[in-house]
Amino acid sequence: MANEVEEKVVKAVSEVNLKEDFQSSGVADILSELDNSLIGLEPVKTRIKETASLLLVDKAREKLGLVSESPTLHMSFSGNPGTGKTTVALKIADLLHRLGYVRKGHLVSVTRDDLVGQYIGHTAPKTKEVLKKAMGGVLFIDEAYYLYRPENERDYGQEAIEILLQVMENNRDDLVVVLAGYKDKMDKFFESNPGFRSRVAHHIDFPDYSNDELLEIAEVMVAGMNYKFNKGSIKAMAEYIELRRKQPHFANARSIRNAIDRARLRQANRVFNNSDGPIGANFLSQIEDVDIRQSRVFSGGIDK
Amino acid sequence: MRVTQGTFSFLPDFTDQQIHEQVQYCIDNGWALSIEHTDDPHPRNTYWEMWGHPMFDNPDAAAIVFELNECRKVYGSRYIKIIAFDPSPGWESIRLSFIVNRPSEEPGFKLSRTEIKGRNIQYSITPYSSDKPQGSRYK
Repeated sequence: MANEVEEKVVKAVSEVNLKEDFQSSGVADILSELDNSLIGLEPVKTRIKETASLLLVDKAREKLGLVSESPTLHMSFSGNPGTGKTTVALKIADLLHRLGYVRKGHLVSVTRDDLVGQYIGHTAPKTKEVLKKAMGGVLFIDEAYYLYRPENERDYGQEAIEILLQVMENNRDDLVVVLAGYKDKMDKFFESNPGFRSRVAHHIDFPDYSNDELLEIAEVMVAGMNYKFNKGSIKAMAEYIELRRKQPHFANARSIRNAIDRARLRQANRVFNNSDGPIGANFLSQIEDVDIRQSRVFSGGIDK
Repeated sequence: MRVTQGTFSFLPDFTDQQIHEQVQYCIDNGWALSIEHTDDPHPRNTYWEMWGHPMFDNPDAAAIVFELNECRKVYGSRYIKIIAFDPSPGWESIRLSFIVNRPSEEPGFKLSRTEIKGRNIQYSITPYSSDKPQGSRYK
């Protein structure tokens, strides 16, 4: 014990350069990547930046010998479907890895099925297996509230929750747990499981995207797939977004991705039917407004 | 008498941190780790009991140290070793193994000599602890 203290004193430096740490750790890269690659989500970005600076300052304090307890990093992401929770979780895993809070920085994404067993005695090994896989990285539990089913008192979810809580507390240095799901259900989940509430330090809300942001996302997606919009199709897309939002099962960016996938399908059909001679790359990558306007959303039906 | 076998037999016992680092080395080489335990320290006893399944897909050593501590809770008074299995073609065998837990008291071995034909001597060793039945050898 005495040796350890001595070592720490020897290692401690007299000053740290936060700006330099910020650059050299690669955190700056991730934050700017976060800014550029994710459209909208301003409150989320602000929270992540705040968290990143807290962690950076904590590391700096540690270097100066100002020892504090290792911070609780477990998080909860609440928001509607398709608001980028998984994408942000991936970035967080990378961020924590660069800051030196997790050793490997991989993301293990699971749902209730992966944690809860089917018969007595099946749950504990299953949950432990998943937790072991996630050690050194981030465990992302999507729709975490399904773990807790109060209507069935024999449900094995409770067992998974207990193991989860225990590992979240005892192996804090080994893994970070991110719970994700819809806002109202998450709130209810935390209410009925106070153990989780107190062990999760960061609650981040993901707002819905505005129509303009969704249009921007659509353009980025299309460009990413090496397709092109023209003026007509951009206008059609904007109208599509407005109509789609009013219909049931609207899932923000995911709905847009699906819409684009179907537009590609129609575009391929159109290109195939209309091509007689040789065609160029331009023709193959152009999405016209008819490709979008054929969607059932425009005729009032649900586009699944 | 301190029983030694395996890769680091000439070194003092590892701390958890050192175990973690050795295990991480194994994982980074793509070897599968498993934990085994026994209360029969005879050097020819090659069949130790398994603690859980071999761990193939854990990228971080914390998982193995976690299981090791679970095993210690139950069999803390036995010998526990960590085994690294190399699944690559041509090897498909143990690459490395080392003892990570031992009983607090190790009574050692009894050496017995038997005189056989032509006044030759046949030696054999028996662990003192194996006088008792399995499961009640170390407390």
